Amino acid sequence: MSLNLKNELIRGFIKENAVFVLLLGMCPTLAVTGSAINGLGMGLASTAVLLGSNVVISLIKDLIPDKVRIPAFIVVIASFVTVIDLVMNAYTPDLHEQLGIFIPLIVVNCVILGRAEAFASKNKLTASIVDGLVMGLGFTFALTLLGSIREILGAGSIFGAKFVSADASTILLFILPPGAFIALGFLIAFVNKVTKKKA
Amino acid sequence: MPDKKKLPSTFFNMVMVLIIISLVSALALGFTYSVTKDAIAQVEVKRTLAALEQVLPEFNNNPNDEKYTLDDIKYKDLEIYPAKKDGQPVGTAIKTYSDKGFNERISLMVGFDIHNKINKISVLKHKETPGLGTKMAEPRFKDQFNGKNPTSFTLKVKKDGGDVDAISAATISSRAFCDATERAYQALLAGGKK
Repeated sequence: MSLNLKNELIRGFIKENAVFVLLLGMCPTLAVTGSAINGLGMGLASTAVLLGSNVVISLIKDLIPDKVRIPAFIVVIASFVTVIDLVMNAYTPDLHEQLGIFIPLIVVNCVILGRAEAFASKNKLTASIVDGLVMGLGFTFALTLLGSIREILGAGSIFGAKFVSADASTILLFILPPGAFIALGFLIAFVNKVTKKKA
Repeated sequence: MPDKKKLPSTFFNMVMVLIIISLVSALALGFTYSVTKDAIAQVEVKRTLAALEQVLPEFNNNPNDEKYTLDDIKYKDLEIYPAKKDGQPVGTAIKTYSDKGFNERISLMVGFDIHNKINKISVLKHKETPGLGTKMAEPRFKDQFNGKNPTSFTLKVKKDGGDVDAISAATISSRAFCDATERAYQALLAGGKK
């Protein structure tokens, strides 16, 4: 298991990107990416949970009997999510208000359980940390990109900074749920095209 | 790493491992809760105070400390904040709500001056459609209420025979906004002034 950082980054951002390639965690992906800042916040919160759960699970993997590993993982993940939820509520109240119900729902985000099951429970600590970090950042990247595209087209702004006049008619559809599917579809097509060329 | 082999899945092992994991998690959660509890409570208070400052005429008491609710079952969910300047009442803010919105309950803070005129309104919480119903939080819509007295300014959208210009393509949100404001006004008349 070589830890080539560049390869790892390519893996997390493109080759095995949780959103564009694995198509995991679709619920938060589609629901919270109405603006770039929401995507970024959700991505970073998920990354923090992913990192924490990967570390703990790779540390205790030998102590968990195989038959109860899933409930054990879920308890670990749920604890991290609740901690993040409380901390965000206390120190970033505005973002917390925006993301609302989707923070508790990180618990059932398949990206996190998926990495715990497929990677952290089989690998050493350092490898698991790197995996959590690159997969989490890849997820954040995907969410921010999707959020930016939807915000630019739907609201005429980026990270809250408006670049069209208040009366300009923007493509509202893109902030609404159907826009999430349309934008994601095009992004996935684009990523497929790029990665196919490389292979 | 203690041992390369996994703990065997015997009944005893499984129960013990789950109990220990749950206990550790519970401890971690309890600890985080006690650390963040005060900060979270402060955030709530700060949010309320910011809204009060926005909607009320100038005041120098702490309306949050003097808030009260009415006994009338119709208005018991409304919180009333009296504002005073140097001991003299200058207005009243009422935290009101409506369930007629497009998604979930919307909640507003409505400020009245001493003559029962609407001073300003601030939107506290809503889940309306982005880009449509969310416009109710923008000055263009909500500032039309400023300085109006509900006795002469009917709190209904024009479609329903009132005086309020609705947001185009968001009549439901506009109606809910009026409904909440009207409820605040009724509560004010029903004894929201002490």
